[in-house]
Amino acid sequence: MTRPSQSSTTEPHDIVVLEGVTKRFPGVVANDSVDLRIRSGEVHVLLGENGAGKSTLIGMLSGLQQPDEGRILVDGRPTPITSPRHALSLGIGTVFQHMMLVPTLTVAENLLLGGPWWQRPRIGQLEARVAEITKSLNITVRLHAKVSELSLGEQQQVEILRAMVRNSRLLILDESTSMLTPQGIEELGALMRRLVEQGLAIVFITHKLKEAAAFGDRISVLKLGRKVGEITPPRLKFLGEKAAITEIVEMMFGKQTDDPEAERHAGSFAKPDAAPLLQVRDLSVAPMADSPGLSSVSFDIRPGEILGIAGIDGNGQKQLAEALSGQLATTGGSVELDGRSIDAMDVGQRRAAGLRYLTDDRLGEGTVGTFPVSINFFLKQVGEEPFWRRGFEQRGEIDSRAGELVREYDVRTPSLKTPVGRLSGGNIQKVLLARELADGARVVIFNKPTYGLDLANTLASRQRIRDTAARGLAILLISTDLEELLSMCDRIAVIANGRLVGDVQNEDDVRTTVGRMMVGVAA
Amino acid sequence: MSVEATGPAEATAVDSTPAPAGGGFVHRLLMAIGPILAALVLAGAILLAVGVDPLTYYGTVLQRGLLSPLGIQQTLTRMAPLLFVAAGLIVAFRAGMWNLGGDGQFLLGAVTAAASAPLLVEVLPGWMALPIAFVLATAVAMIWSLVPALLRAYQGVNEIITTLMMTFLGTSLANVLVKLVFLDPATTVPQTRTLPVEDRLPRLFDTTITSGLIFGLVAIIAVHLMMTRTAFGLKLRIVGANPRAAIHAGLGVPKLTVAVFALSAGLVGLGGAVDIVGVQGNVRADWNPAYGMAVIPAVFLARMNGFAAIGFVFLLSVLSIGGESAARRVGVPNTFTLVLVAIVLVMLALAEYFDHRHNQSRKA
Amino acid sequence: MTGLFSEVFLGALLFGAVTAAIPLLLAGLGEQMSEKAGVLNIGIEGMMICGAYCGFVGAFYSGSLWLGFLTGALGGMAVALVMALLCVRLGLNQIVIGIALTLGLEGLTALLHHFQFSRSYPRLPAADATVIPVLSDIPVLGPALFKHHLLVYLAVALVVVMSIIYRRTQLGLNLQAAGDKPAALDVAGVDVMRTRTIAVLTTGGMAGLGGAYLANVGAGLFIPFITNGAGFLGIVLAMLARGRPIWVLFGALLFGICLSLTTAMQVAGINIPTDVIQMLPFLAVMIMLVLFGRRASLPAALGIPYERGAR
Repeated sequence: MTRPSQSSTTEPHDIVVLEGVTKRFPGVVANDSVDLRIRSGEVHVLLGENGAGKSTLIGMLSGLQQPDEGRILVDGRPTPITSPRHALSLGIGTVFQHMMLVPTLTVAENLLLGGPWWQRPRIGQLEARVAEITKSLNITVRLHAKVSELSLGEQQQVEILRAMVRNSRLLILDESTSMLTPQGIEELGALMRRLVEQGLAIVFITHKLKEAAAFGDRISVLKLGRKVGEITPPRLKFLGEKAAITEIVEMMFGKQTDDPEAERHAGSFAKPDAAPLLQVRDLSVAPMADSPGLSSVSFDIRPGEILGIAGIDGNGQKQLAEALSGQLATTGGSVELDGRSIDAMDVGQRRAAGLRYLTDDRLGEGTVGTFPVSINFFLKQVGEEPFWRRGFEQRGEIDSRAGELVREYDVRTPSLKTPVGRLSGGNIQKVLLARELADGARVVIFNKPTYGLDLANTLASRQRIRDTAARGLAILLISTDLEELLSMCDRIAVIANGRLVGDVQNEDDVRTTVGRMMVGVAA
Repeated sequence: MSVEATGPAEATAVDSTPAPAGGGFVHRLLMAIGPILAALVLAGAILLAVGVDPLTYYGTVLQRGLLSPLGIQQTLTRMAPLLFVAAGLIVAFRAGMWNLGGDGQFLLGAVTAAASAPLLVEVLPGWMALPIAFVLATAVAMIWSLVPALLRAYQGVNEIITTLMMTFLGTSLANVLVKLVFLDPATTVPQTRTLPVEDRLPRLFDTTITSGLIFGLVAIIAVHLMMTRTAFGLKLRIVGANPRAAIHAGLGVPKLTVAVFALSAGLVGLGGAVDIVGVQGNVRADWNPAYGMAVIPAVFLARMNGFAAIGFVFLLSVLSIGGESAARRVGVPNTFTLVLVAIVLVMLALAEYFDHRHNQSRKA
Repeated sequence: MTGLFSEVFLGALLFGAVTAAIPLLLAGLGEQMSEKAGVLNIGIEGMMICGAYCGFVGAFYSGSLWLGFLTGALGGMAVALVMALLCVRLGLNQIVIGIALTLGLEGLTALLHHFQFSRSYPRLPAADATVIPVLSDIPVLGPALFKHHLLVYLAVALVVVMSIIYRRTQLGLNLQAAGDKPAALDVAGVDVMRTRTIAVLTTGGMAGLGGAYLANVGAGLFIPFITNGAGFLGIVLAMLARGRPIWVLFGALLFGICLSLTTAMQVAGINIPTDVIQMLPFLAVMIMLVLFGRRASLPAALGIPYERGAR
């Protein structure tokens, strides 16, 4: 272990204190009179579902937003944090959920952003400083690589490094594990431990209970903008991981006996004797600058079967989904749907044949945010009867069918005319589910179907997928969340660098096998 | 992502949020009238500064462009080509493509019509000759737009830069054609052969208004209905609002892109032809009314709505016809119309911005 | 044709090419800076014509060409200030406002010209050339390239300055970040609005200077619509140069040669419409685009107003 830095010798003390902080947005109270103590030498976990007010709290700590009521104390003095620059100068560094690096600049240049504008970037000085920090944290960073060439995990390390280069005393990590592998998550946990040992304070935001219990010294639970509970370090030690989770679940959902996410893969709807509904043979896609492409991917899915694709983000998952749906040109291989080749079909024809693709990029490509909910149900059917006749829109038909789908899939929308972009992530996902699962679906590709959803919507989406399998459809479930795959799939294949490296039945001890395959350690 | 991400379809002057449904007609009317009044006052201040009585100027413009029988007829005649240009721009802008090459397309359409119509009327009856000239002009403009269309569709080259360059090229090419190829040997000024007045588009009833006005109105209303009521129009709007969603939904984006450019340029080129065959009769060398640029503000002020565009094109015509008269009578050059249009545009964008802000804070 | 004649012809051609290229160079360099920072500055034509008018007025009334350049640059910056307020601060649509500014300033300068100068059409005296010793003695090339107004050399030097700014200063990093990922710049503690405003104002100053040069040195007088699309050409140059100042220079010279060729051929009495030659640079660029189109890349956030907290 490295020599502890100077600050760790001082007693733990409050770096930032929030007192009765309230922040309102049009129509919602994002934070309602929240009190929070952030102490040096502590990993303080902020736990809460989407919409619990975590992001707003971070926004206020990092100077992006100002509280409407209450005050923020830095080192015991009331200090309004007026801008990101001010936050940095106070020693508050933030690693945002969405990467905040300029992809066209090198790592070094990104780290240097923010210096006095007339100066030459001081590369030499930076190199020395980085060497010092990376050594004490035991990480390696390629300073002169372009950020666009780095993996997400590497980018995250750069962001943490940036906070350290700026002498941050308080490091805020916003949902930092959502993109990482199980190993990456472990490494991040260890890194946080080393950082707090050096005397830093860390605020770690997550909605995963296990991480909270494993990595945290202190846990605060937010719910609907309010802080509903806190577990202090001594109590957390006393409780242990299991009991702590039970207590947190109580705080978040009221009395409950178990971690609601940890349901096991129950029954299977697969018909092992039936002929495969989807047969993929040697599917290949040329590699591109930002993706590994696909090399010779083969698998079968039978009716009622859920095949999971595990893997670290960016290993060809999106390419696989897009190649199957017809969005991406392939360089070889064949795909058969119910014994019929669909290689020559375009996106629309594949959809008509029953192949559906539920994208993970709900607003980016799944919907047109400014268009009404009703039209978004039919984006993939524009021009088809009965919604269009001889090319002319039949508004009555569209609205009545859209109304049915809204009810059937429980989409919470003020009206059918509301622009879909105004709905919450969970409700947008319901619109997509309705669109892809309705009318003649036979094979459905789900790409990260619960990514970014809160627990209620996550559970609802998973149930919807199970119901779909129960109807006898073949399902390809792509996810970076291993727990999700373990709880849902009949079989799990792992994708790494554009190829499938394993295909295993989802049985009791499969977790470690899959985890090892994900990082390239032979099973 | 690239600059296409903020294509014009996303961009009313301020942002993509549609006007609040509860705003009501009165609100929208106020939102249109208020900025125009403010612009008139501001522009009036400029006139005062150069020593012209704004009231006299505005009075003359109104009198000559709207109220006098001759003026209103000229105004309505002027509308004909502008409506076609507006229709063409609406197609492109709603589909998220910045067709800034309207001037080149307009002139090439005009030259094609000017070159072909006088020859055609000699061998064919007028009811056949003129439509053929129109078709030729439309086709030439469509072909002209193929270069930026294909570059954008298959190479992802930004169409702002290509259409801008094609418009410089097009205006030069039109001039070359007039001076070298289609020169009327009978005149000393370089210009194309003149279409005899009796062979031009008929005038409406006993007026001097060209029947091109009717065609223009039909064109822009047809475009509006196409964009709002048909599957094809919806596809174009999807491409405009979210190109990636269009790919995801399986729309053939490259083909649609080419179709958009062809439609847009074709309509603009047809506008040029209607102007020649209906009003001008020939193309003189170095003639460039720059309608392609002038109509862009009107289309934006109308938020790419066809019916509203008719209103703004009318206003633009009043200003430009009235402005031409005022240039002679009050001594204010007709370029002042440009100033007025620019100020209206800025004022309207500002009004929209503050209205939007107001709505947001009211919701809070 | 005698050798002497062709030498004179060539010299005049090159001299004219440089003169014609300078406004394009300034506009292109200026536009490049805006685009780097994520602002698509369609209003640059308006900034140029305002610079041409203000530059001419300043030089005409003060009798000093340099004061004219100063007023020209300030005139361009004044228009840029409006653009920065509306598009950077308030986030209004950059293309709409840009077109409005261009149309408005074209109209306004024509109006002012009409009331001030339309009876007299005053001219400025020919600008003094700064002769660079030794180099200017080179036959043909010397007088063509090294007997220009001082501003010409300064404008070319600006290419180097810009390259240094982009490659070797924090400001360069800031500008690129503002265009590629403004949110990253914001959380790094640099004000995105301010960075973009600086870029737009610089654009305005350079475009205004280019306009002033066009009127004061190139033409010696101001006439309405004198810029005649030079600003739009600047946009084209900036987009083709893909962030590299030196390519703006090459592009500006290419266009300059073609523009100069048109005048030179008229002088030489060659009977081809000037339009043919005016088409050449555009043809060349379009052919280049058709051949190499895919490589044109633009900043990711170009044209998108920055709003803190919005993703």
